[in-house]
Amino acid sequence: MASIVQPGHGAEHEHSPVHHQFEDFEQQTEAYIIGMWSFLAQEIMFFGGLFLIYTLYRSRYQETWYQAHTALNVVMGGTNTMVLLFSSFTMVLAVHAAQLKDKKKVLMYLGATIGCAFVFLIIKFFEYKEKFEHMLVPGPYFSVEHFMSDPATRGINPNAAQIFFSLYFAMTGLHALHIIIGILVLGALARHWMKDDKLVTHDYVPTELVGLYWHFVDVVWIFLFPLFYLIPK
Amino acid sequence: MSATIVKPAEPAAPKAAKNYLNAEHTLKSWLLTGDHKRIAILYLIGVSFFFLLGSIFAGLIRIELTSPTGVMLESETYNKVFTAHGLTMIFFFLVPSIPAVFGNFFIPIMIGARDLAFPRLNLLSWYVYMLGGFLFLCALVFGGVDTGWTFYTPLSSLYSNSQVTLAILGAFMAGMSSILTGVNFIATIHKMRAPGMTWFRLPLFVWAHYATALIMVLGTPVVAITLLLVLFERVFKIGIFSPELGGDPILFQHMFWFYSHPAVYIMILPGMGVQSELIAAFCRKKIFGYQFVAFSSLAIAALGFVVWGHHMFVSSESMYQGLVFSLISFIVAVPSAIKIFNWTATIYKGRVHLQTPMYYALSFMGLFTLGGLTGLYLSCLGTDVHLTNTYFVVAHFHYVMVGGGVTMFMGALHYWWPKMFGRMYSDSMGKISAILTFVGFNLTFFPQFVMGWMGMPRRYHYYYLTPEFQPYHIASTLGATVLGLGFLLPACYLTYSLIKGEAAPPNPWGAHGLEWDIPSPPPSHNFEEIPIVMDDVYDYPEDGSDDDTPIERTEKGLDPLPDEGGHHR
Amino acid sequence: MKFNFPFAPEEASTLAAQHDMVFYTITALTVFFTLAVALVVLVLVVRYRHGNKVDRSNLVHHSDKLEIAWSLPPLFLGLVVFFFGAQLYVAERVPPKNCYEVFVIGKQWMWHIQHPNGIRENNTLHIPVGKPVKLTMISQDVIHAFYIPEFRTQFYVVPGRYTQEWFQATQPGTYHMLCNLYCGTQHSEMGGTVVAMAPQDFAKWLQNGGDDGMPQTLEARGAEIFSRNACDNCHTGVSTERGPTLLGVAGSTQVLEDGTKAVADQNYLREAILHPSSKLVKGYPYGTMPEYAQQISEDDTLALIAYLKSISSITAQSQGQNVAAVQSGIVPAAPMVTKPRMADGALATEHFAKTSTVQEGNLAVGALATEKGDEYKK
Repeated sequence: MASIVQPGHGAEHEHSPVHHQFEDFEQQTEAYIIGMWSFLAQEIMFFGGLFLIYTLYRSRYQETWYQAHTALNVVMGGTNTMVLLFSSFTMVLAVHAAQLKDKKKVLMYLGATIGCAFVFLIIKFFEYKEKFEHMLVPGPYFSVEHFMSDPATRGINPNAAQIFFSLYFAMTGLHALHIIIGILVLGALARHWMKDDKLVTHDYVPTELVGLYWHFVDVVWIFLFPLFYLIPK
Repeated sequence: MSATIVKPAEPAAPKAAKNYLNAEHTLKSWLLTGDHKRIAILYLIGVSFFFLLGSIFAGLIRIELTSPTGVMLESETYNKVFTAHGLTMIFFFLVPSIPAVFGNFFIPIMIGARDLAFPRLNLLSWYVYMLGGFLFLCALVFGGVDTGWTFYTPLSSLYSNSQVTLAILGAFMAGMSSILTGVNFIATIHKMRAPGMTWFRLPLFVWAHYATALIMVLGTPVVAITLLLVLFERVFKIGIFSPELGGDPILFQHMFWFYSHPAVYIMILPGMGVQSELIAAFCRKKIFGYQFVAFSSLAIAALGFVVWGHHMFVSSESMYQGLVFSLISFIVAVPSAIKIFNWTATIYKGRVHLQTPMYYALSFMGLFTLGGLTGLYLSCLGTDVHLTNTYFVVAHFHYVMVGGGVTMFMGALHYWWPKMFGRMYSDSMGKISAILTFVGFNLTFFPQFVMGWMGMPRRYHYYYLTPEFQPYHIASTLGATVLGLGFLLPACYLTYSLIKGEAAPPNPWGAHGLEWDIPSPPPSHNFEEIPIVMDDVYDYPEDGSDDDTPIERTEKGLDPLPDEGGHHR
Repeated sequence: MKFNFPFAPEEASTLAAQHDMVFYTITALTVFFTLAVALVVLVLVVRYRHGNKVDRSNLVHHSDKLEIAWSLPPLFLGLVVFFFGAQLYVAERVPPKNCYEVFVIGKQWMWHIQHPNGIRENNTLHIPVGKPVKLTMISQDVIHAFYIPEFRTQFYVVPGRYTQEWFQATQPGTYHMLCNLYCGTQHSEMGGTVVAMAPQDFAKWLQNGGDDGMPQTLEARGAEIFSRNACDNCHTGVSTERGPTLLGVAGSTQVLEDGTKAVADQNYLREAILHPSSKLVKGYPYGTMPEYAQQISEDDTLALIAYLKSISSITAQSQGQNVAAVQSGIVPAAPMVTKPRMADGALATEHFAKTSTVQEGNLAVGALATEKGDEYKK
């Protein structure tokens, strides 16, 4: 990019820009792909740690996990799942359009993906608000009052419930943070397309890499949803 | 061999040729550089600063321990000092040291590339590292942190009143920086090798960094999330590890050590890579058992991920877990032993040149061997029950991390200094420093083995409960003074060389490797033309025809070797 | 303290000698291999110095045979060391059956010790020589570790669960008691002494109420705490809506609210007292019993558990009858320390007699101490 000082010059592929450190376009593409997968590998380890903790505590407090999850709104969570799945679909379409160098379609599909992301966050906001109202946010104001009305959940272990909600907020919160980062990255990508930047118009790989990130974020949610919202008795 | 030989007698004249150092002079050209060599220098400045800071903390610790009732610090302050020493040295010095300085500088050159795969990501790594350092310094300035670098819960999450949050953020950023470096190295080593540079023609330095990068990418995120959860507990009261809520404080330890054990291999593997380069260069011989040495790096990386429980034998982890972790810990020792034996075999029938870098290499052989073997006491279940958390552990890890890791950092610095800066330093000063470091180090840390065996606990400010250990502590402090001198001298004469040192030839050591075929300092784009590699690495002629270094040839009055215009055609 | 520049700590426990065998074996291996590598390297460096006229022909750059030769023997040696270390570890982790049990509570920054007969000590632990001693430990706050170098043993002391450590002293003397896991500001001051006494001396010490002269047994203290905290309001001789009876609870299998079963061991009982909502028994939903975590310390919890154990065993033994029968009210139960201040106390008092039993006899320290003391004379 313009602001980075680059020593020397690189070979110019006929149509697509190749950064100076690469010998040719193929090498650049392969390097980008291996770099992106390495990055995703570490994201998997990052969320993996949380999933491990979840698994250990769930096996220790199985009854509470079932009881606590009744406070979650399956309709909202399910809707969010559909929204994210759809956004992955629009992302795939965006990548396809990038391969076909169709700027209008790319912008349309990127816009749809970003839109879905915002919908997800809005629904999430209302979900969190509900938890807040029911005093289910971990900390000094946490209370299991919400569970007292239903005889099935009356016997809930309040300490384990607080751990459940701690994990709920930690995991869905970090996931939401990744959605926000995704919106920013998608926005930056769209901006490049809007400005006809050769970086993206002549090379679909950057768009594909952003797509990989977005699919990863979606996959994390696909795991989070059943683990938190769909706990069987 | 290559290019111009400069007669040592000539007064130092700055190289007229454009190189990466004088290509552009503005501050902006440095702070926005994409050149891996400049980023390496930026990292060198950063890690040197933190090494100095960490050494000051070490000095304070050693002064304080000369008396069983302390000298000048309150316990709370002492606890903050040893925590700062650990955090500084591990996250801000050892982890980045060799990879971010020498890995960044030399991996592209060694594989015949113009830069790393992602130069801007490389620069971002440095900024993230500096951000982490800044946050950590804020933690220190605002009162320090007193949990120990291991942040055990619930002390760190609930009971400590110190700057845990800021310190965790600093460590988190440093970890993030190493992840990005790891991603860069993996992509680079896989995809940027020059034509003909097959995996088995790579210098072992590159293999070592590849293995290190794998650990960085796969291990660091786990400690990142773990520390983040401790932060959440402090800030948002989300108590995952809180025993009051039925949380498990031992779970923290499992998650923490899952990274922190592989982390010690992040801290030693690059040094082992340097050792391979030094032994090959100063024995003029291909490393014995190249493939075994290469694969042993990968074996250490893989096995290193499944031994973390040996830090927890007396923590209430189950007896059966202990048995498994102990067994694998004995197995992971083998690849390291393989390396030591292969390096030794390389010296056999070699042509040994005893210059400063070789002094560090020899020092490493002894110190790392002893350090590694003392690990056996700790992987052995029965003896670990007595020795864990005593000074024995402190001595063990300092032997491998300082006697191993820092010694190799110094070795690398002295080996590649002429290449990086185009200046020669005084070899006699270098040798004196290496000897001082070796002697001072042993005097500092060997008594600690004895103390630990006799029951002196670690992280103790006062030791009036066991005052009989004072003589050992005093000996240790004396050693630390000598060791400090051993590190201080290079700072002086290396800096001096930048101003008054003789200009360095492209290959002062007569070593083989792509980095020695290009000028000192290298040009910004590394190679005029990307080399095509046709020879094996370390292909020193068996008849010793190029045994003398250019400087030695000049001293003997021999003709310089003909300029072959690049070793690899 | 005993030593002054020795190069080995005193061997004062049965496992210390075994430990030192392993330690010295590893030391021999370490010294051998370090010297071997150092010497070989030095010899090679001198002999093959560049310029020396030595035979450098027939250069070999790799040898699979050599790799195996120098990998397998060290691996084998390592595995031998592993085996002996593992053997020692298993012995250390599995206490023998007839241990003298002592309770240890670690807190920032001191050690509380409770003997079963009621004696309490701070930062000192008196133990008999020649009898295995088991420490049941818990922390009041952060993680600590209880380390006795002369016995070659230590173990973490963790909040929220009991951990244990056992040893058998071999000779009388005073030894270091050190906290060996960094626990905050005064970590280095959290220590004291372990005093190992000849069996007769220890028996006498116990009889005299230890150094403090505290006359109350752990069970009796537990009974007092039980009543002082009004546990007997809800936990009477029979199970009522207010609370289940605790006769026979220690060691029994409980059915919890969610249908799972749990054995009422030490950890269970502690949780049930301090965090009852985590151990809700069927029929007693959340809110029936308040949390006592803030009101009852770990010391007192241990006393309560001792009391609960006493009413389980005494009930069954002394009455010689079915605990269930007792619980259903058919048979008068052993008296629980109770005060007639319950609102519907009549219900409970009707059902059991306040007769003097074995338990009251136990309140006489002398009797119990002598009883226990006699054991140590064997």
